[in-house]
Amino acid sequence: MSDTTELTMLQAVNEALHLEMARDDRVVVLGQDVARNGGVFRATEGLFEKFGEDRVVDTPLSEGVIVGAAVGLAMSGLVPVAEIQFLGFSYQAMHQVAGQVARLRYRSQGRFEPAITIRSPFGGGVRTPELHSDSLEGQLANVPGLKVVMPATASDAKGLLSSSIRDPDPVLFLEPLRGYRGIRGDVPDGEHLVPLGEARMARRGDDLVIIAWSYLVEMACRVSDALADEGLSVAVLDLRCLAPLDLAAIAAAVDHCGRVVVVEEASQTGGFAGEVVATIVEECFWSLEAPVVRVSGLDVPYPVGMVEDAFVPDEARITAAVRRTLETA
Amino acid sequence: MAQPSDDQLRAILVDMVGARVQARRLWNLQRQGQVGTLAPIDGHEAAIAATAHALDPEQDWILPQYREPLALQRFGSEVLDRYLLYNVGHPAGSHLPPTVRVAPLQISLATQIPHAVGLAWGMTLQNQPGVVTVFFGDGSSSEGDFYEAGNLAGVLGVPVIFLCINNQWAISTPLHQQTAAETIAAKAAAFGMPGFTVDGNDAAAMYDAVNEARTRALAGQGPTLIEAHLYRLGAHTTADDPTRYVPAEELEEARRNDPIDRLRAHLVERGLWDDGAHAATEAESLARFDEAFDRARATPIAPDAVLDHCTTVDSQRLARQRALLLDPEGVES
Repeated sequence: MSDTTELTMLQAVNEALHLEMARDDRVVVLGQDVARNGGVFRATEGLFEKFGEDRVVDTPLSEGVIVGAAVGLAMSGLVPVAEIQFLGFSYQAMHQVAGQVARLRYRSQGRFEPAITIRSPFGGGVRTPELHSDSLEGQLANVPGLKVVMPATASDAKGLLSSSIRDPDPVLFLEPLRGYRGIRGDVPDGEHLVPLGEARMARRGDDLVIIAWSYLVEMACRVSDALADEGLSVAVLDLRCLAPLDLAAIAAAVDHCGRVVVVEEASQTGGFAGEVVATIVEECFWSLEAPVVRVSGLDVPYPVGMVEDAFVPDEARITAAVRRTLETA
Repeated sequence: MAQPSDDQLRAILVDMVGARVQARRLWNLQRQGQVGTLAPIDGHEAAIAATAHALDPEQDWILPQYREPLALQRFGSEVLDRYLLYNVGHPAGSHLPPTVRVAPLQISLATQIPHAVGLAWGMTLQNQPGVVTVFFGDGSSSEGDFYEAGNLAGVLGVPVIFLCINNQWAISTPLHQQTAAETIAAKAAAFGMPGFTVDGNDAAAMYDAVNEARTRALAGQGPTLIEAHLYRLGAHTTADDPTRYVPAEELEEARRNDPIDRLRAHLVERGLWDDGAHAATEAESLARFDEAFDRARATPIAPDAVLDHCTTVDSQRLARQRALLLDPEGVES
């Protein structure tokens, strides 16, 4: 067994970046404030000092060209890791993300390898200004060609980011703002790879499964732990990746438990929880013992601080949904 | 100042004449329903062919918009082959072999300009020689990507030639509704790079301007914006009827300035070209086209080709979709 070190999710992200840049000199980091400042959250801290100004580059304040230039860098044979400072600002790059990055391989019929990773923090609960908290994973997962990776633990943040950077397909690597310093755990030292597209059982259980991703896995685990004291056996399935989606893991968990709650932070209508529910209906309809319930963000723009707690699913809402689903005959 | 040699001028004219007759053939094939919607090249031949001849296909890149391929013969015969494959709707039409330094057509306007900056940046970081030339139109100069990419190119000082084909029209929108700036080249000042307006109907002037920009770029002196001033002599695409909005007298005036007529007259005057050479060039270009078109139509296609090259490995869901496509009895389940 290799040794582990307790890290925050932010430190885990930083460690993966250091390791991948040291391992492969084709890896370049670009974005706003990623070089001298080490990123506004310090995710890229130390990279500039260690790998120099050619490989760690502060760009103009220009999301579209950060992503668009990453396409060209990939065409030249480099492996760009671009940072969008907050996912809500990626709307200003969405034409490049969805229209170009995602289809570079397809529209060149395999000539160009879009080995591009776009890192971006997202999600609420930290009282940010407008557009700093939006959860856009469902919109991104709807774009063919993109991989959407959303770690829930510090260990996965490192292992999935290393895998994402090495992956020949484009990856949107979404990091929960609340998790940067709020999630910590033992992380394997040295090289640590977690394959993309394999879900993880975060809690084993028999009565019901909560399906979640990113920070809400942490919250679902707290709910599971609290209900265990009452003798309820609630599993938590951490999807880890929305694309590619681990259909088999979803089916296995639902077939085993028969009752499901899907939680997400994004607005509900058209969101990814709906995709998970549709998958469950297609794969496991006859295993279901109760209607599937979604706990989602509300169908309004992500709100300001005094009302944001009403928007983001919390333990009380998840617990209530779990109890109701368990009580359904 | 590097004027093109006589041989180069002749080679440029050969490519221009070829592009014109092949474009007409393609237009007729579209009217017969044999190819999809496409953008004719009429009037753009000098600007595109002369640019290609001022570049080195061994080390320079061209990122096209969508009107250019027929005049890019210099970058490899595969450009025509794949363009025809593209027009018959075969997925492989977007694939060029690694030796051909031309990117696939870009239908989304101006989005290729940031790619050009990134590509030139990556080449510089890897100490690869060469420049990246990116084509776009006057309409594209209104897109955010043009400004964002121009700004970044200026900051980085990368070897990019921004080649704006100003043909006066973005479908039906005339230039004066596209910009209030005196020229598009003037916008280079805001990027901290030189900008030039060139007569895009003058092949020698185009060659000279691109050659100079390339020399500067190779010397590490950064990007250049070149505005090729010309006139769209044909329709925007096969789906467009320009008689609804292009003033007839304006088009008539532009036709008197046809870039092929100009270069032809110049070379004839100097004893470098004659009617026989012209007719032979047209015939050879059409024979070459017909042969390539027959091959394009005969190119086989796998029943699940639509799913290829989306990602390196099929996801669980894609694998099911592929199985369904390959199973003639397949039903959604």
